[in-house]
Amino acid sequence: MSEARRSADVIVIGGGIHGCSTAMHCAMRGLSVILIEKDHAGRHASGVNAGGVRQLARHVAEIPLSNTSMALWHRIEDLVDDDCGFTSDGQVLVAEDEEDLGNCRARVDDLTLRGFHHEELIDAAELRRLVPAVSDACPGGVVSRRDGAAIPLRATQAFKRKAQSLGADIREGVRVTRVARDGANWRVETDHGAFHSSRIVNAAGAWADRIAADLAEPVPLEVIAPMLMITARMPAFIKPVVILRKRKLSFKQFENGTVLIGGGYLGRAIRDENRTVLDWGKLATNAKTVWDLFPIMRGAPILRAWAGIEARMPDDLPVFGRSARHEGVYHQFGFSAHGFQLGPGAGAVMAEIIATGSSNVPIDGLGIARFAVSAQP
Amino acid sequence: MITIETIGQVAEHYDIAVVGAGPAGLAAASRAAELGLSVLLADENPAPGGQIYRAITTTPVTKRAVLGEDYWKGGALVDRLRPTNAAYAPGCTVWSVAPDEAGGFELGLSLGGQARLIAAGQVILATGAQERPFPIPGWTLPGVMTAGAAQIALKASGLVPSGRTVIAGCGPLLYLLAGQLAAAGANIVAVLDTTPRRNWLAAIAAFPGFLRSPYLAKGLKLMAAARGRLPFKTGVTALAAGGSDKLTGVTVTRGGASETIPCDALLLHQGVIPGINLANAAGCAQHFDTVQHCWTPTVDDWFASSIPGIAIAGDGAGIGGAESAALRGEIAALDAARRLGRLSEAERNEKAAPTQAELARSLRGRRFLDLLYRPAPQFLAPPADETIVCRCEEVTAGQIRDTARRLGVTGPNQMKAFLRCGMGPCQGRLCGPTVVELIAQERGVSAEETGYYRLRPPVKPVTLAELAALPPTDAAIKAVVR
Ligand SMILES: Cc1cc2nc3c(=O)[nH]c(=O)nc-3n(C[C@H](O)[C@H](O)[C@H](O)COP(=O)(O)OP(=O)(O)OC[C@H]3O[C@@H](n4cnc5c(N)ncnc54)[C@H](O)[C@@H]3O)c2cc1C
Ligand SMILES: Cc1cc2nc3c(=O)[nH]c(=O)nc-3n(C[C@H](O)[C@H](O)[C@H](O)COP(=O)(O)OP(=O)(O)OC[C@H]3O[C@@H](n4cnc5c(N)ncnc54)[C@H](O)[C@@H]3O)c2cc1C
Repeated sequence: MSEARRSADVIVIGGGIHGCSTAMHCAMRGLSVILIEKDHAGRHASGVNAGGVRQLARHVAEIPLSNTSMALWHRIEDLVDDDCGFTSDGQVLVAEDEEDLGNCRARVDDLTLRGFHHEELIDAAELRRLVPAVSDACPGGVVSRRDGAAIPLRATQAFKRKAQSLGADIREGVRVTRVARDGANWRVETDHGAFHSSRIVNAAGAWADRIAADLAEPVPLEVIAPMLMITARMPAFIKPVVILRKRKLSFKQFENGTVLIGGGYLGRAIRDENRTVLDWGKLATNAKTVWDLFPIMRGAPILRAWAGIEARMPDDLPVFGRSARHEGVYHQFGFSAHGFQLGPGAGAVMAEIIATGSSNVPIDGLGIARFAVSAQP
Repeated sequence: MITIETIGQVAEHYDIAVVGAGPAGLAAASRAAELGLSVLLADENPAPGGQIYRAITTTPVTKRAVLGEDYWKGGALVDRLRPTNAAYAPGCTVWSVAPDEAGGFELGLSLGGQARLIAAGQVILATGAQERPFPIPGWTLPGVMTAGAAQIALKASGLVPSGRTVIAGCGPLLYLLAGQLAAAGANIVAVLDTTPRRNWLAAIAAFPGFLRSPYLAKGLKLMAAARGRLPFKTGVTALAAGGSDKLTGVTVTRGGASETIPCDALLLHQGVIPGINLANAAGCAQHFDTVQHCWTPTVDDWFASSIPGIAIAGDGAGIGGAESAALRGEIAALDAARRLGRLSEAERNEKAAPTQAELARSLRGRRFLDLLYRPAPQFLAPPADETIVCRCEEVTAGQIRDTARRLGVTGPNQMKAFLRCGMGPCQGRLCGPTVVELIAQERGVSAEETGYYRLRPPVKPVTLAELAALPPTDAAIKAVVR
């Protein structure tokens, strides 16, 4: 694997968890791979997210991919030689009132009809057992027991290292400036010269629309900056991850006692400068929700708040699968603030599609064609 | 000067917000207010003065000779602010500075257990310096503290360490401090000087500049006074604090031989470096200054940072000492007034010219000091694996070296994900420089290439209740409805 290597079976653009996972799974299948990352692997969304490994409350179109991923998370150490800090204490959606609980029931019934059983309706007693600290007013909720959390940057880098150990060539600090056809191949131009391959994967996260535009497949990608806060160590009081439906909240206590507070409130992303600006007014609302629901958190010191740069599609679903226009082009981006859990599985499915032409895991509804602008209006 | 007592008295908007009431912040706030601008001067300390003039208006130390003549000069800076209309908020922590969408800035403040978001057209960060972390085996034992912390106790409360006291490290402040503590009655049993002998070789080229510098007379006087009276030991190459649950002694290596000096207090000092946390969290660009050997926010001749509208004055933008800090604050205020349209460029230049000349003079000879007192490598990157580097998360030098090597970790932000170093309440103030040094050494690259922590607000902890009580913004209400 020389520094001068300029072509491979597959070139992956982007070293988030998706790019790294796809690179690793391709390498496992014996394909030669070059992964190109403009910063370092996990520098963006994949390294700074909430680490939630969640199947709970996912859109049905994503559930097959999410199931595939969950199976891999539960044997993550065998897969990448690092436990990625993965723990599985379940995730609980707390219903704040009866109406909320009614919606939970409808959701679980709908999943059952479709043959998915990972979400389970729980009553007030079970809720209290799982989350003793929750306010007494909450009448129940939904649990997904195999869910959990992992350490994002550690997980992303574990995929990168495993890919490397299987022979993948990881180029960090190299920026793709343009992709273009070059005979039967694709030419991937970078600030460190050009690379060639017959197959390219666009896993460029919040910058993926630029690659797609080069390929004449423009997408309405919105660059967002979801925010998180973390507290100082608190006495252990909660095991599962807790999320709400009506008000926005996700809440997780780590083993060391620190509590991560999120919920999808957005700051401002300045993607060309790798920078984000927080919106403290929204974080205050976020804090107020915690103040209401978990009285024991009221005196907790907030140590840090941050945001990550993420890609969101108008329907909150990823763009996943082959290009609608070109042979040898694959898209894997737009995970709309819930793509960390999908990383291991999406990489496996993508590698399967690249290597064999298809996969048994259904990905209907995720293709880029859904955004194609028809030539005649 | 209007002293602010409760957070409710802080206005919604100021032309200029100055963070830090040391010499730089006091001069900047005075100058801006004299130009008719509305000014907020916020400082987390209960009284103005910053580090050098800490507690200048309140100190219980009355014998002037104890703290030295320089200390008492601070009174004039405060006196200059008094007749102005500037709002001065003591006990007020600024935990966030961020550009708002109107082209100005939003500041997050805490005062008396309550938080507030306010706006300012321009921001001058005058947050000063901090002591360089000095990790040696045993530095977390009770009885070991930084020399600066001992000085704070002396200035603010008139306290001196009790029992047999050892002072160790290097830098001009070490001599000053030893002298101040001795004058205040501390029982100093040894001053252990770690200045590497070969630094003289590097520094000698800068010596002519030093000869013409204002530091010279002051420095020689300090040194002579301290050396004459105190038991100095030079050429120290290794230090370890000993004791099981508290400090009982310090083991010193000089010229290859070790001895243990029994003591009750060990004061460590390895020079000062810019306190970059607020600037870094605000997104200001920084670089590694190879002469002062530290991360420094990048500023232009007017002390403007990479973010238009944020200036960084004083030791927070590179160590230059108290006199230069005040001059830099003055110049930054003139430029902020120009940005606000209060002064034309020509007016600014004219008013700044004499101050700029004085600044150049005040910085003459600095390079000599920087080169002479550059810490030895073994005190920047502790060789003993068991030395704790990150005190908040109890991470050792050995763990950092091992992780850098085994997992190919290339920078401190990645290291956090594996070892949690820098993720505690101090936000890397006590470990950042050391973590960078260890990674750089292990990988054989420069500190610049290794990078520094990306720091996040709040730069000082804010409680959940404080945050929850902030009035929600329109944007937040919309976000919930969506
Ligand atoms: C604050 C926050 C909390 C979140 N919480 C969760 C959660 O709890 N659970 C969950 O499942 N998901 C969560 N997410 C979402 C999740 O982090 C993302 O969906 C996921 O990480 C996306 O991975 P990615 O590989 O597609 O993108 P990224 O991690 O953004 O990776 C894309 C990479 O491509 C690189 N790149 C872009 N353009 C170029 C170019 N031209 N040349 C070279 N490289 C390029 C970028 O530098 C980047 O590193 C959260 C996101 C955020 C921001
Ligand atoms: C511990 C220590 C002791 C020192 N003692 C001396 C000495 O005795 N003599 C000497 O010549 N030099 C001393 N120095 C060097 C000192 O840096 C300069 O002499 C001088 O004080 C620098 O002035 P300044 O205005 O830049 O910053 P400072 O004088 O340090 O003032 C900065 C002020 O900003 C405040 N501040 C910082 N962050 C925030 C925030 N987020 N919110 C609100 N307020 C904030 C601090 O509390 C402080 O009052 C000392 C430095 C240190 C670190």
